[in-house]
Amino acid sequence: MTAVIEASAVGKRYGRTWALRDSTLTIPAGRVVGLVGSNGAGKSTLLNLAVGLLRPTEGQITVLGGRPGSDARQLGKVGFLAQDVPLYGGLTVRDHLRLGAKLNPKWDAAGAQGRIARVGLDPSQMAAGLSGGQRAQLALALAIGKCPELLILDEPVASLDPLARRAFLADLMDLAADGLSVVLSSHLLADVERVCDHLIVLAGGRVRLAGDVDVLLATHKVLMGARRDPDRLPAGQTVIEHSHTDRQSTFLVHTTQPVLDPSWTVSGVGLEDLVLAYMATQTAGAHPADPTLRSVG
Amino acid sequence: MIEFRIDSTSGVSPYRQLVHQVRQALLLGLVREGDQLPTVKEVVAKVAINPNTVLKAYRELEFEGLAEGRPGVGTFVTRSLADSSFAAHAALRKDLRGWLTRARRAGLDDDSIAALFESTFRSGLSEGVA
Repeated sequence: MTAVIEASAVGKRYGRTWALRDSTLTIPAGRVVGLVGSNGAGKSTLLNLAVGLLRPTEGQITVLGGRPGSDARQLGKVGFLAQDVPLYGGLTVRDHLRLGAKLNPKWDAAGAQGRIARVGLDPSQMAAGLSGGQRAQLALALAIGKCPELLILDEPVASLDPLARRAFLADLMDLAADGLSVVLSSHLLADVERVCDHLIVLAGGRVRLAGDVDVLLATHKVLMGARRDPDRLPAGQTVIEHSHTDRQSTFLVHTTQPVLDPSWTVSGVGLEDLVLAYMATQTAGAHPADPTLRSVG
Repeated sequence: MIEFRIDSTSGVSPYRQLVHQVRQALLLGLVREGDQLPTVKEVVAKVAINPNTVLKAYRELEFEGLAEGRPGVGTFVTRSLADSSFAAHAALRKDLRGWLTRARRAGLDDDSIAALFESTFRSGLSEGVA
């Protein structure tokens, strides 16, 4: 299995503050990866490291086998949509495509024009006059026009209305079906659940959870039953989150074994609850070192 | 041809929803043997879900013997469900009805009946009965 992104103990410090610390990751090819975490968790930092806009303070990151942003060939392999969708306001849609053709060694002019036509963009329109959805579509056309192997998007749908968001994601999934690897950050967990098959949860600048969604959902269980101390769970069950009332206990556990104890009511966990539990581990300080949670699948 | 819908609020994974919708369509006779299921590209462009989710759902249907993938052509329904299962399980259904009647007579409401079934089913599983 080839990895599109491989990070080993990567950290990035701004002044005295670590934005990202000790992050080790392997992202397999052909996935649509969802990167989630609170504001300031380190998502944009990780993405900027992957495209080469930032250099790591410590550790190493490899993207498609090369060092991010090292040369023109490496830059051509990775498409990037930054959070603020940078376009040239005074240039038309057509100018942007012309620019794309001039600046990229590989450029699919027909594909880019077709995409622009399909989403209904007027080539003579100034970028400054485009709506949020149209800006995102133009930026996507530019990122795809260079025929990348990996597309990285930093909160691509945050500014879009629901209709534009759905259309944008459908378009993205069409590209994924053709084999493009995608990494996107988002706060919208419902979207992440729809479109992503691999998940990374960042909290407090560290990777808390990473793996294929199927595997993550299959290896986490919610146990409900009579009140019990967390220490009294079997060794194979790692407690991620627990809450108690006078009589009742609820645990979210990570386990690769079936839960056989009949005194528990066992249920699966939804993606949203799973993500929220790991996002909260920031304060509890649980888990960063648990090797079973790294690169599952 | 079947048209998929994904309900993001249902708590059911998109993959399960796809499998369920095909099975449901088969039971209702909306989809018949020989019908083609939409291609992966068609599904993702329509409902904006991960292509691997569609592939996984189709593999599950193939595994259950309900569909068959023909390389380069598409995935086709190979079996109809419209008339099979209900008739075949008439006896079990009758037993269950009798049991439900007894449970109601014993004063159990719907939730208690569901809880009793659940816990019996679970302990049966762990004892290797079911």
